[in-house]
Formats: sequence, C-alpha cells, structure tokens
Amino acid sequence: MTEPLVVLKGVNKHFGDLHVLKDIDLTIGKGEVVVVIGPSGSGKSTLCRTINRLETFESGSIEIDGKPLPEEGKALAALRADVGMVFQSFNLFAHKTILENVTLGPIKARGVKKADAEKRAMELLERVGVAHQAQKYPAQLSGGQQQRVAIARSLAMDPKVMLFDEPTSALDPEMINEVLDVMTSLAKSGMTMVVVTHEMGFARRAANRVVFMADGQIVEEAAPETFFTNPTSDRAKDFLGKILTH
Amino acid sequence: MGDLSFAAVLSAFWLTIQLALFSAVGALVLGTIIAVMRVSPVRVLQMLGTWYVNTFRNTPLTLLMVFGILGATYTLGINLAPSSINDNNFRWAVVMLSVYHAAFVCEALRSGVNTVPAGQAEAARAMGLTFGQTMSQVILPQAFRGAIAPLGSTLIALIKNTTVAAVIGNQEAAGLMSETVENQGSSIGIFLIFALGFVILTLPLGLLFTSMSRRLVVKR
Repeated sequence: MTEPLVVLKGVNKHFGDLHVLKDIDLTIGKGEVVVVIGPSGSGKSTLCRTINRLETFESGSIEIDGKPLPEEGKALAALRADVGMVFQSFNLFAHKTILENVTLGPIKARGVKKADAEKRAMELLERVGVAHQAQKYPAQLSGGQQQRVAIARSLAMDPKVMLFDEPTSALDPEMINEVLDVMTSLAKSGMTMVVVTHEMGFARRAANRVVFMADGQIVEEAAPETFFTNPTSDRAKDFLGKILTH
Repeated sequence: MGDLSFAAVLSAFWLTIQLALFSAVGALVLGTIIAVMRVSPVRVLQMLGTWYVNTFRNTPLTLLMVFGILGATYTLGINLAPSSINDNNFRWAVVMLSVYHAAFVCEALRSGVNTVPAGQAEAARAMGLTFGQTMSQVILPQAFRGAIAPLGSTLIALIKNTTVAAVIGNQEAAGLMSETVENQGSSIGIFLIFALGFVILTLPLGLLFTSMSRRLVVKR
C-alpha cells in the first residue's frame, strides 16, 4: 500500500442502544479507491460520515494525513476543507447558483479571490460537463447534473481525500452512469476516494479494494475481483448471492 | 372635528412611522441574534435564547414600556436623553418595542430555519465552513426567505403595537387620538381617521409580504 492517508483505529459508535460501528480498523492509502459495500443498516454510511466528523464517535481514533481529527471549532473546519464529501441527496445550496455553489467554499474557507475561484469553478464545471448551466439554480438541473455539480464543488477545495456517501442512490437509472463516469475518471486521475455504494460495476471497474461491512463490522477486505468471485465469509457470500443473481 | 388638523394627524403618524422603523430594525437585528443562539450547538447560548423568548414574549408590552420610564429612567437612573423628556420617552419606546418584538422575530426565523433541510448545513460544514459562515452564507438566507410571511405578520403587529408607546407620553397616533378625545369628546369620526391611518400603513405591507413570500420562496 502507498503512504497511509486516512487511518481509523478501534472506532466505536452507538446510536442509543444500537452499536453501529464496532472496533473499526481501516487504513486508506494515498491515491487509493476504497469501495464500501454491505447491506442496509450495516453502518457503511455512518463510517463514511464519521471520517469527517459529521458523526461523532465514542472511542478509537481517526487520523487524516498524520493528524488526529479535531473535536470541534476552527481546527475541525480546517480539516473538513481538506476532505471532500458528496452526499446521496446532493445537498447543493438551493438559494445559490451553480457557480456560487462551487465558489463558496474556496472563497469563504480558503480565502481565494472571487475571480480566481470563478475561473477554477468554470474549469471544474467544464470537466464534469455542466459548465453551460453555471448561472442556473440547483432546482433547475436534473439529479445527475446536480450530483456532478456537487462533485465539482468538492473538487474546488482541492481535497486530499473524497468521501462519497451513496452518490447514485437517489438518481434515476439513466442518470447513474453520467455520475459514475465522472467518478471513474476521478479515480483514474489519482484521487483518494472512499465510496459507499451499491454499484458493483463501479467497484469492479474503479476500486483498488472492496470493504464489506455487516452489522457495524468490517467483515472482509479484498481486491474487487477476489471479493466478487471468491468471497471468504458466509455473510459476504450470502449478500453477493442476493444481489448478483439478478 | 374641532381642532384636529390634518397637519397634527400627519405629524402624529410620522412619529408612529419613526417608532416602527427604528423598532423594526432593532427587533430584526436582536431577533436574528437570539435565533442564532437558539439554534447554535452551545448549550448555554441555547438556554439564554430560550429564556429571552419566554421572558419577553410573555411580558405585556405595556409593562415593558412603563418599566422603561418608571423603572429604568427614574429608579435606576438610565436616562437615554437627559436633555429632553420627549427624546427619552421615544428612545425607551424604541428599545422596548425592539426587545419585545425580537422574541417574535426569533421564533419566526426559527420556523424559517426548520424549512431548510439538514443536508444544507451538513454540506456547508463538510466543505469547511465555520458555524458562523454556515449560518450567514447558507442557513439564514434560506431561513429568511422561508419566514417572510410570519416576519410580515410580526412587522404589522409591531406597527400597531407602537400605539402602546402612548402610555409613556409619546405623541404618536394613539397619543394624539386620546388627547383629542379628552379635549373634544369622542366621535366616530375621530376613531375612523386614526383607524384609516393604520390601515394605510399596514394593508399594503401585508400584500407586499404575501407577494414576496411567493416570489422569494427557495425552490428545491
């Protein structure tokens, strides 16, 4: 593995009585693409959200680029600026134009000049194929377009690592590919990515490693081909049996 | 109609408008601060905000007004305009109108904050914005637009509540009306003149806020 970028050690989290993350140990190397799959309620989204502290955790440690996650305040905000996040429901700022959505972070969190931020934003929007929509509002775009803008918005911060929390789960089937294409080219360009998804095709095509979670635990980790063709745990065999037979 | 001149009515309503304008700005600023406190993650600020709203929303405005003069000015010696009794009365009226309506502005805004999906704040925090930036750039602009109708109702209530300032000697519309009634006896005519004045002030505002709440709604 390359130099470790994100390191989780013994992370535990409860939602009330429910133990959603159980002693999670996970190391993600620079430039690595890790796909997290697993049944609903297995804790994979929570894991993803814990990495930038949108969810708190009770014990264990998370380090990003050698630095432990700050608990709150400006230090946490500064760390989050380095960690891109793409949500299932896009979460574009509804009152701002597409261009403003992409420039807000660089201007406010990084202190980039407006003109420079806009130039860079247009390049990124061009890259994800929605540059001609720059002056529109999120509600005027399709789901696939909104999600590509959300990816551009994250990229504008030049993140060290990007987290994708089920980025295609809220999309109509014909829009899933346009988003996956952007993500695949991002993976090829060397971006470090943690992707929670149900898209097995993407996992096979773009992932370096598949992490299989069930009941709050990491049950199995393997290269995609190994995992899909020859899973070792019964839980993974059962899960793959249910989804791959269709 | 006796001595009630058009000029006197106009100048009385001018004072009403001034009271309303200054108090509206005060209530909006103060109410926004209290609302931010109530939705902040800091427990102490939340409790302070809640205490503020519960206290001032549940205290009669007349009581606050009288406190401004009898309590604050005469007992505590906090005179806001030592050289002029009228100015002191006016300033305390503005303070009390602001303080009182800030509680309602806060609650209107909080209902506006509830119209903003949680994902908006998450996205803002995830990109590294601080709490203050998240509020000012993402949450409040949408909250205001989601709260225009209740904010409008609060402003209209504030305009009508300026009449309470008469109890501490402000010669705004209600003050002039009660003086006129005292000097010349009451008549339907006098009542109608002042009622019409308030209708002229508030009715267009109501229409304006209704159309704004429709035009400015955040499309999702």
